[in-house]
Amino acid sequence: MTDQSYNFAYLDEQTKRMIRRAILKGVAVPGYQVPFASREMPMPYGWGTGGVQVTAACLVPEDVLKVIDQGADDTTNAVSIRKFFQRTAGVATTEATAEATVIQTRHRIPEQALTAGQILVYQVPIPEPLRFLEPRETETRKMHSLEEYGLMHVKLYEDIARHGSIATAYAYPVRVEGRYVMDPSPIPKFDNPKLSDSPALQLFGAGREQRIYALPPFTRVVSLDFDDHPFDPSKAPHDCDLCGAAESYLDEVITDDAGSRMFVCSDTDFCRSRREAGHVGRLGETAGGGA
Amino acid sequence: MQATEMSIFAKVKPQAPLLSVKGLSKRYGTRIGCTDVAFDLWPGEVLGIVGESGSGKSTLLSCLAGHLAPDTGEVVFATASGPRDTLRMTEPERRRLARTDWAFVHQNPRDGLRMGVTAGGNVGERLMAVGARNYGSIRDAATDWLGRVEIDASRIDDRPSAFSGGMQQRLQIARNLVTGPRLVFMDEPTGGLDVSVQARLLDLLRGLVREMGLSAIIVTHDLAVVRLLADRLMVMKSGHVVEQGLTDQVLDDPQHAYTQLLVSSVLQV
Repeated sequence: MTDQSYNFAYLDEQTKRMIRRAILKGVAVPGYQVPFASREMPMPYGWGTGGVQVTAACLVPEDVLKVIDQGADDTTNAVSIRKFFQRTAGVATTEATAEATVIQTRHRIPEQALTAGQILVYQVPIPEPLRFLEPRETETRKMHSLEEYGLMHVKLYEDIARHGSIATAYAYPVRVEGRYVMDPSPIPKFDNPKLSDSPALQLFGAGREQRIYALPPFTRVVSLDFDDHPFDPSKAPHDCDLCGAAESYLDEVITDDAGSRMFVCSDTDFCRSRREAGHVGRLGETAGGGA
Repeated sequence: MQATEMSIFAKVKPQAPLLSVKGLSKRYGTRIGCTDVAFDLWPGEVLGIVGESGSGKSTLLSCLAGHLAPDTGEVVFATASGPRDTLRMTEPERRRLARTDWAFVHQNPRDGLRMGVTAGGNVGERLMAVGARNYGSIRDAATDWLGRVEIDASRIDDRPSAFSGGMQQRLQIARNLVTGPRLVFMDEPTGGLDVSVQARLLDLLRGLVREMGLSAIIVTHDLAVVRLLADRLMVMKSGHVVEQGLTDQVLDDPQHAYTQLLVSSVLQV
């Protein structure tokens, strides 16, 4: 039920208008970080204040909202953001990827392919991919505007020099339409190929850093790499122990203190729908009763 | 890429100066930084700029390298596509020039190095900035350059913070020369090093300059450095160039009173 003391979706209309303007600019210049006047939200920074503001600016009463945190619909962050919009916007919510029109996500892209008309909203902690190499904001902005991206490869070089391969496993830098280098938020690099040519609109909101950027549908997104160390979207070399999926991104779960572990899909909706369709993994029978 | 336009292999007509400076002035409010500086630098030539602290040497060098915007004057550089006034260039052009045909060696290596990045990464950065995308060849170039500046190849994955001051300075030189620039600006490259390290560094620099046919502009207050490295010398005082000529000529037969003072105040051991 909507709490009548708030405007629809919490933010006032002028603020939503300002955010929509930033989103439109971001869509017009894919990968460019658009500054916006981020508001204080009733949650701490790092919990998705940027994503929540973008979602609030996109929501209409007919929307069906899905919120995931690391792929899961039932973790604290996802549950509280979903409740927040249930209360302040009164929109329908779902856990099924296909039914949702707006999906707010933290650190994952759903396994099920997105479709035209869906909006995927990412929560971004640090939007600047060059930040840890060049601390000056004035300098990184200049590097973006002049397309000086050699430094991004220095980071990958350092990875190979130290670990023998590109060890960056999340927030793997990408180049958008051959122009802007973008931080895809801390999604695993396994998800990077899904960024490219997606029929859905992808929006990125960073609340603390006050930046919004976007990938319009069917944008070409390329993960940076070296000729002799090509990009590799790696995942744990296992099948899901609950649903047996071989092609999904897995979480490793320690099950006791004797070294036992299981690998399960990080996308809970994907795993559940597969089990409902009759797929069973290595531990599926035993765990199936409880899940 | 447009880098070919500024290519290191550019053919420069020997009859044209590499860098031609005319009427260069920079004021800080009412005070003079440097005023009315003019000179030509020819390909393969090393120009020394000496003078006491506050005489405008560093201001002049910053103006030449594009770090400071001078008030008047022109700095014409012989790019591959003909002479261009670098002060009238757009910023992207000037920055591209700064990472291909030019190099800048800072007095303090911490200003010129990325301290959080390994030695190999530091040397490779300029290569990657001009489009190198093959890890193996970047690594080979870095190893080669570390060898040329006498840093052991086993230190390639160490950070500069683990290096001594002299090694940091040599690493900075390697990082700057890896793309084969044609003009190197050096701001007191031996300042802050002890004398034996200085001597080795100077020896190394002299070798590299001769071997690569570099042109260089070296700012220093150490007359021994210019005696060893520079073909020509410019003496500055209070923002003015008071004397210029061949190094040996200026040092052995100083004409201006200030130059005479400078030469006579060098300590003898």
